[in-house]
Amino acid sequence: MKDNRSNSQLVLENVSHSFGELHVIKDLNITVEQGELVVLVGPSGCGKTTLLNLLSGHIKPISGNVKREGIIRTVYQQDGLFPWLTVSENILMGLRSISDTAIQEQELRELFELIHLTGFENHYPHELSGGMRQRVELARAIAGDSDILLMDEPFSALDYQTRLRLRRELLRLLAKRPRTVVFVTHDIEEAVQLADRILILSKRPAYVCSELQIEAQHPRSLDNPSVITAMKTILDELGLHTSSDLDVSEFNNLTTQ
Amino acid sequence: MSIKTNKFSILYPIAVIAVLVIVWWTICFLQLVPKYQLPSPFDVLKSFKEELLSGRLINDIIASLWRVTIGFIISACLGIPTGLWLGQHAATKKALLPILNFFRFLSPLAWIPFAILWFNVGDKPAIFLLFLATFFPLVLSTMAAVANIPKIYFNVAKDYNYKGTELLTKVTFPAVLPQIITAMRVSYGIAWVVIVAAEMVGCQDGLGYGIWDARNGLRLDTAVCYMVVIGILGMLMDKLLSQLTKLPNTRWGYER
Ligand SMILES: Nc1ncnc2c1ncn2[C@@H]1O[C@H](COP(=O)(O)OP(=O)(O)OP(=O)(O)O)[C@@H](O)[C@H]1O
Ligand SMILES: [Mg+2]
Repeated sequence: MKDNRSNSQLVLENVSHSFGELHVIKDLNITVEQGELVVLVGPSGCGKTTLLNLLSGHIKPISGNVKREGIIRTVYQQDGLFPWLTVSENILMGLRSISDTAIQEQELRELFELIHLTGFENHYPHELSGGMRQRVELARAIAGDSDILLMDEPFSALDYQTRLRLRRELLRLLAKRPRTVVFVTHDIEEAVQLADRILILSKRPAYVCSELQIEAQHPRSLDNPSVITAMKTILDELGLHTSSDLDVSEFNNLTTQ
Repeated sequence: MSIKTNKFSILYPIAVIAVLVIVWWTICFLQLVPKYQLPSPFDVLKSFKEELLSGRLINDIIASLWRVTIGFIISACLGIPTGLWLGQHAATKKALLPILNFFRFLSPLAWIPFAILWFNVGDKPAIFLLFLATFFPLVLSTMAAVANIPKIYFNVAKDYNYKGTELLTKVTFPAVLPQIITAMRVSYGIAWVVIVAAEMVGCQDGLGYGIWDARNGLRLDTAVCYMVVIGILGMLMDKLLSQLTKLPNTRWGYER
């Protein structure tokens, strides 16, 4: 298990997928480097969730090849928590491989602090709000050892403040324990602040219509010139032409859900 | 959960029962129906006291409850695992579905001649009939519940490395537990109906036998007394089973 960490890989080769007559993904080639954080943006319904499912192996492509190595965890877009388990029991699933209960307890407590849900340990998912459930999913996926994280709009149901905080926390966690991450979002600001590389997907059937490397140092403030340029590029690529008399944040609001 | 309740609301059903009894009593008092066709509430109460003091009622209650419990446990222990297994094996399920449905629609009472032929008298034929009555509905509803588990749970299970027996006990089973409990309540209801009918033949005790015996002795007051006991016991047992829906790890299944 430990050896895999050094050579986790995630590669799509000429992958196409369709649901019956509906062609969702066309000839996609993506290689995610080890330790890289790739953000996927693209219009709703273009096939981002499908792409993550192909990466994790939950669905098999119609044609093409998926190579993956290492332990993969997914933060699901819709309810992936087990409703018959409490919040702690759900998060403990992520800590299953740890045999020492004292360490397990310690990690669990830290995760609860991270997601600000201390006091809700014994609640069941149906007793939580959507945003609270999303935070539990996040905690479960990042708990314990994994090599690859697939995150499907993990912060979409959160308030702006919590989003900012979790964005920072995610980067902090990744600095401490590097993982390969594929992150889906509709929030361009989030994409630019997190990504090593951004892949902009086209409408269905999805292909990568452009790719954007972001080299700026973390933490990236929103007035950082390279951040602003990146955001403008993405807006252009998505067909939302920026003109000089409108600022970026307004467009940002248009494209977030 | 929190339906607005009036503090008098528990009195409503009691009032309904009281009205029914009064209507019944009035019919008897005015002799709208001849006495040999409808015993009065007082006659029933008297025979209740009689049967209770003689110990026969208690004996019959225990006999019936015992048969239902044993028959029901056997069928749950076999039916639920069978349903879990079939729910995950599409091909076997397809092969067995018609025959399972066939037996489900065959009234267990149709088996009475065979039950007596194969198991003689006593508890065994009744338990056999109870098994037939509840096994098929339990298998079919468990199977349907398994087939309807959202795919995402199995994806998550795969992410966190649940396999084999652990997958069955920690994912599949808890995911269908609320529906299994509902299926158990329904089939318990069937069992209770069937036991009364089954005891009318081939038994020397039990609530069903009690009614049969009362009819033969033209003691309709006793028959009604037994009917009341059967109804109340059925409700109490269902109340007991419904406690399972309050288990913390099944409540999610009933709260949407
Ligand atoms: N199991 C399925 N069966 C049939 N069609 C499906 C299935 N899953 C997804 N689709 C279709 O595939 C397309 C892509 O779906 P997907 O969920 O991947 O979109 P998405 O990019 O994640 O969208 P969003 O941003 O809204 O989450 C949609 O048109 C959807 O209708
Ligand atoms: Mg999606």
